[in-house]
Amino acid sequence: MKERLSGNEAIATAMKQINPDVVAAFPITPSTEIPQYFSTFVNNGTVDTEFVPVESEHSAMSACIGAQAAGARAMTATSSNGLSLMWEMVYIASSLRLPMVMTVVNRAVSGPLNIHNDHSDSMGCRDSGWIQLYSETNQEAYDNMLMAHRIAEHPDVKLPVMVCMDGFITSHAIENIELENDEFVKDFVGIYKPEQYLLNHENPIAVGPLDLQSYLFEHKRQQAKAMENAKKVILEVSKDFENRTGRKYEFFEQFMMEDAEVAIVVLNSTAGTTKAVVKNLRSQGLKVGMIKLRVFRPFPANELAQALSHLKAVAILDKSEGLNAAGGPVFTEVTSAMQCNGISNVKTIGYIYGIGGRDVKTSDIESVYTNLLKIKDTDQIGNIYNYLGVRD
Amino acid sequence: MSYNFKESLMKKERFTSGHRMCAGCGAPVVVKAVLRALKDEDHAVIACATGCLEVSSFIYPYTSWNDSFVHTAFECAGATLSGVEAAYKAMKKTGKLPQDKDTKFIAFGGDGGTYDIGIQSLSGAMERGHDMVYVCYDNGAYMNTGIQRSSATPKFADTTTSPAGKEILGKQQSRKDLTMVMANHHLPYVAQTAITPNFKDIYEKAEKAIYTKGACFLNVLAPCPRGWVYDSSELAKINKMAIETCYWPLYEVVDGKYTITYKPNNKLPVEEFLKLQKRFAHLFKPGNEWMIEEIQKEVDTRWEELLRLESM
Repeated sequence: MKERLSGNEAIATAMKQINPDVVAAFPITPSTEIPQYFSTFVNNGTVDTEFVPVESEHSAMSACIGAQAAGARAMTATSSNGLSLMWEMVYIASSLRLPMVMTVVNRAVSGPLNIHNDHSDSMGCRDSGWIQLYSETNQEAYDNMLMAHRIAEHPDVKLPVMVCMDGFITSHAIENIELENDEFVKDFVGIYKPEQYLLNHENPIAVGPLDLQSYLFEHKRQQAKAMENAKKVILEVSKDFENRTGRKYEFFEQFMMEDAEVAIVVLNSTAGTTKAVVKNLRSQGLKVGMIKLRVFRPFPANELAQALSHLKAVAILDKSEGLNAAGGPVFTEVTSAMQCNGISNVKTIGYIYGIGGRDVKTSDIESVYTNLLKIKDTDQIGNIYNYLGVRD
Repeated sequence: MSYNFKESLMKKERFTSGHRMCAGCGAPVVVKAVLRALKDEDHAVIACATGCLEVSSFIYPYTSWNDSFVHTAFECAGATLSGVEAAYKAMKKTGKLPQDKDTKFIAFGGDGGTYDIGIQSLSGAMERGHDMVYVCYDNGAYMNTGIQRSSATPKFADTTTSPAGKEILGKQQSRKDLTMVMANHHLPYVAQTAITPNFKDIYEKAEKAIYTKGACFLNVLAPCPRGWVYDSSELAKINKMAIETCYWPLYEVVDGKYTITYKPNNKLPVEEFLKLQKRFAHLFKPGNEWMIEEIQKEVDTRWEELLRLESM
């Protein structure tokens, strides 16, 4: 059914339709509306969920861990410093192999304090063992939520999933959306049946040991294997979703890439701006394309490298500063993937952009393509580590 | 049913031997005593803050816990268990759990995980009224990391971060009164207890805490032979002197009403408690008598305050 919803409303609607056992959350801009909407569903009896209005994000994640280990489906939502405060528990959730789902409404991490969008929050915990799905629009955020539990709970995976969307730009903008009906969601998401759980009195379990030199390495290896397995499962679940809704999802979306000579790699809402620029430049006969990464964890290294292999030049856009004197996190991972796949004839540059909610205009994106086309024509790469829209 | 010492000891053990807590440590005695108050037919989910108890009782792949057990991190046993309890409510409501089986929720944390790093998580869980008991085993310092001072460490005690030095003689601050802090959360049941020879006080308080609906709190003295520096055979004696000197009064607060559950006929001077522990050895050097006097004054003030609250 067609609706007009903000990104936060879309997420809350998905949560309502999923009807999880426990939601524990603490408000933080710009994700605050999600627990607000959801507690209305709880208090109106629309869902069966126990809502735990915790006193901090650290406790939100701790309570979700407790709930999920207990045998429940648990969910939460946060942004920025809320995710920072959860940090310790975010790692524990994935290491205990608890398939919970968290929405991260991306916002700059302090300091100084800023409430607007960039990706420093979720990029900061890219190595925490969570699957990360990024969303360009409210529709993608909603669809990612419907797929998240299936991916997380798959027996070959059992890892938590983070669904990310851009703060304010996606979370607060009202756009058209196609919602699935409640029966579809119930059927698609399915019933959660954990093998072992704390509340099974017939088979009590112990969760969260002291895990020393003799075992921790093997447990981490299993966790890494689960992340590898997630690649196959994400594609299977996405295919099933596509068959039943007509909406196609893969690791990344390729936009006008087939005959492209230069391209941009980007995540989340900036992909929308980039598509508009690509269409405009294509109308001028320029062979430009775009890749929008949906799945950043697990990182589709080989697939991405192959998709970029026919280009002359590519720019990787990061909405978070690596602060490492070598490039943003997406840039360093994409270039590493290309190197490992033997792709050395594509010129690669990185851009840091949109930090702290700095507006990203079509003219900014155009300037990236102009630079890429110049690199293609002159074979001169110039600066590798670039900034977009910053005052020097 | 009135308390029967022998019968309570005959109950099946929920915390088994083979754990690696030190000989003479109060914590495992406290844990066993609290868990004895569970009805045999009830299942429990135990949460534990990181600390001596956790790292000595669940070293992969072995566990001493016969009930379900969850440990996540240092400061969040309260929040972790509140998630488990919320899951229980939700899953019971939707028929995902059997209706005829009761599960009880008990958290254990040391004073580090409770008074200090975990106080926010504890306060939140208690205020939200989850049907659970939080048990603090108070050994008065961060013992797991090697005896650093906590807000539960008594004044003038020698610890590795408040050493009895040449200029500054041990911890300079008084201990936080966490039981009172929790009583002022207006919980249905709050109690302070310790191990006594027949375990009656702790058993009865644990039973009330476990079977009173809502969030309940127990603060239990748990002497530490390494941190307090006593011979492991002295555990019972130290507990006794803590109670007889009123250093650690036994009382409960039921819906706001204070009741002291043991009043010594002859309240002993606090040095009877202090002199058993080498962490206070510097107090007994000539010229330092004022330190013992100051501790005595603090004990007396707090005891009188408790008597006043009881009389209200």
